[in-house]
Amino acid sequence: MTATARETVLRRVRDALSLSDGPAVTVPRAYRTGRSLPDEERLALFVDRLVDYRAQVRTCTAATTAAVLAEVLREHGAQKIGIPPGLDPAWLAGYDGETVTDSADVPAPRLDVLDGVVTASAVSCAETGTIFLDGAAADQGRRALTLVPDLHLCVVDLSSVRTGVPEAVAQLTPEHPITLISGPSATSDIELERVEGVHGPRTLAVVIRTDR
Amino acid sequence: MSSSTGRATNDTFLGMPAVPPRSPYGTGHLRGERTFPRAAHDELGNEQLRRNLGKATHSIRAKRLAVTGELPDWEQLRDTGSAIKTDTMNRLPELLEELERKVTERGGTVHWARDGVEANEIVTRLVRDTGSDEILKVKSMATQEIGLNEHLESQGIAALETDLAELIVQLADDRPSHILVPAIHRNRDEIREIFLRHIPGVDPALDADPARLAAAARAFLREKFMTTKVAVSGANFGIAETGTLAVVESEGNGRMCLTLPETLITVMGIEKVLPRFQDLEVFLQLLPRSSTGERMNPYTSLWTGVTPGDGPQEFHLVLLDNGRTAALADRIGRAALNCIRCSACLNVCPVYERTGGHAYGSTYPGPIGAVLTPQLAGMHGAKGDPNSSLPYASSLCGACFDACPVKIDIPSLLVELRHQHTEQAGTTAEKLAMKAAATVMKQTGLFTTAQKAAGLGRVLAGRDGTLSRLPPPLSGWSDSRDTPAPPQQTFRSWFASAEGAAAMRAAADEGARHTDDPQEAS
Repeated sequence: MTATARETVLRRVRDALSLSDGPAVTVPRAYRTGRSLPDEERLALFVDRLVDYRAQVRTCTAATTAAVLAEVLREHGAQKIGIPPGLDPAWLAGYDGETVTDSADVPAPRLDVLDGVVTASAVSCAETGTIFLDGAAADQGRRALTLVPDLHLCVVDLSSVRTGVPEAVAQLTPEHPITLISGPSATSDIELERVEGVHGPRTLAVVIRTDR
Repeated sequence: MSSSTGRATNDTFLGMPAVPPRSPYGTGHLRGERTFPRAAHDELGNEQLRRNLGKATHSIRAKRLAVTGELPDWEQLRDTGSAIKTDTMNRLPELLEELERKVTERGGTVHWARDGVEANEIVTRLVRDTGSDEILKVKSMATQEIGLNEHLESQGIAALETDLAELIVQLADDRPSHILVPAIHRNRDEIREIFLRHIPGVDPALDADPARLAAAARAFLREKFMTTKVAVSGANFGIAETGTLAVVESEGNGRMCLTLPETLITVMGIEKVLPRFQDLEVFLQLLPRSSTGERMNPYTSLWTGVTPGDGPQEFHLVLLDNGRTAALADRIGRAALNCIRCSACLNVCPVYERTGGHAYGSTYPGPIGAVLTPQLAGMHGAKGDPNSSLPYASSLCGACFDACPVKIDIPSLLVELRHQHTEQAGTTAEKLAMKAAATVMKQTGLFTTAQKAAGLGRVLAGRDGTLSRLPPPLSGWSDSRDTPAPPQQTFRSWFASAEGAAAMRAAADEGARHTDDPQEAS
């Protein structure tokens, strides 16, 4: 009986290891973990990084969320926005445009006619200005929703902003579809000159709720 | 926290371990047509290429230094990254089996490919099963390496690259020349030309502004993303513990391909596995900072098998060997498998900066290519194998080792490969010359005679005191170097002459005047 590709590859790996006799290794973990910064410092660091990526940043409180979101959507001329099914309806109380609630059976071309999308977020990393979206969370929605429209308005609670990458990664549920976002889509493929807005959203607007 | 492991034991296979095979000769893109010096000679004549490359590599170096320098624990991260990869290789069999188990549990299907030919066949069959004759591609080194696009083409399946640079390369019927920015050898005007010629319905007034060029690509691909049913990607990481795969990108074309089609096929080299999900906390710091000089790349996608109601509902993972086990079997060379394809070594390499990526003849150019390509595909596949010249495509300056986020000692690997090549090569002119030199140097009389004879070389030197061409077999050396003419007089003959004796006496007197030791003063 001939061996399957699986058996062959695994046998080769085992043969290779007995031939090459690699050194047993202990993985050192001396890099920074478990860091925490006071609210104000974390906020300042996060905003600095987001602005560096040319994301648009606003802050608000729980009470002013609806007013600030309406203002940002108006500034961008967003007449028609998509929202995940579990988004807090109170957030859009001040918005007078059309709202389309997303679901799994909405085809991608239908997302393409939206001016923008509003979502919450799972966790963020201040040091790198990265927002983590959990596709399994009802207020963040499936991955296509935050990808196809030109404007992504993302609401981040300051309490969910961690200092460094290890602290943020520790908050994730690995089995969920997760998207890490650091600014709008970009490319440096032409003469290594950075250009924003390639296939993903051209604009990332982040609204940070400082009392949440 | 730490984890210590021994090596995998093998309880099922009895008998002597066999050396695993390299990537089959004549398949894929792991071997050029010409030796490195020959290819480099032509590339060096391309001034446009050198200007493009010089500009690009210098700007990215500065960015990388800035974002790695701002982390106080950068060196600790490198140490951890390096150790995780070494530990991964030690435990590769069980980690691959664990990855397979987790992906399968989550609704994915895992396939194994002994080499590129088999991987191409698997992908072709999977695409056929969907009924599609076109697919979208996420930029992937593994699929470049095996020549997947060409194979699909030959089977009547159109594969469209969606990364901007890969698209530029594909439209121009060109080859990538850099791991990260495959079209680094092209400037904006050339790219404008390519788009005008090859993108259907492109605005004839398109100018060479990078933002507008990117917009043209966006418009061209938008509809394809919405309608194509199958995508093929590579993977930056595959997490054994959870079955999670990761693709790190900038443009969003990756997210489009990983999210919108119904079927996703991912081709991953077996060395890309990582033990634990937590390990991402290290590599998500090392990779973007080393690669693009950003604190974080714009988009990273993590997915685990199939998620109902979100993204492709059919997921296939193809695990690729294609010479990786051959590399693993080499005690020293296996370190090349630790590479996370960041391209930092290319951007700091003085040789790469001048020759560009095409001179290396492989999907993997630059310093890492010079060590990885011979490991995967061998250096002695046929007589005069161009890959045997790759270990010499380096000045051994060590900049690559300093830049590597997982601390691959590329210079040492190059030296080891040179040694292996010399051992393999048998009797060469160089070997005979070295042997003759050793005989001469062992005997004073012979050495003195040889030195006198070398003095005759002055006759051949030009007015500037250099020899620009040496006779064969030394012509290979003098093709790209000037050799200084031998001196008129050897040190030995000078020392024995009256002039030498006088100089030595004068030096002794001088020494006596300055000495502090009263015993020596007279």
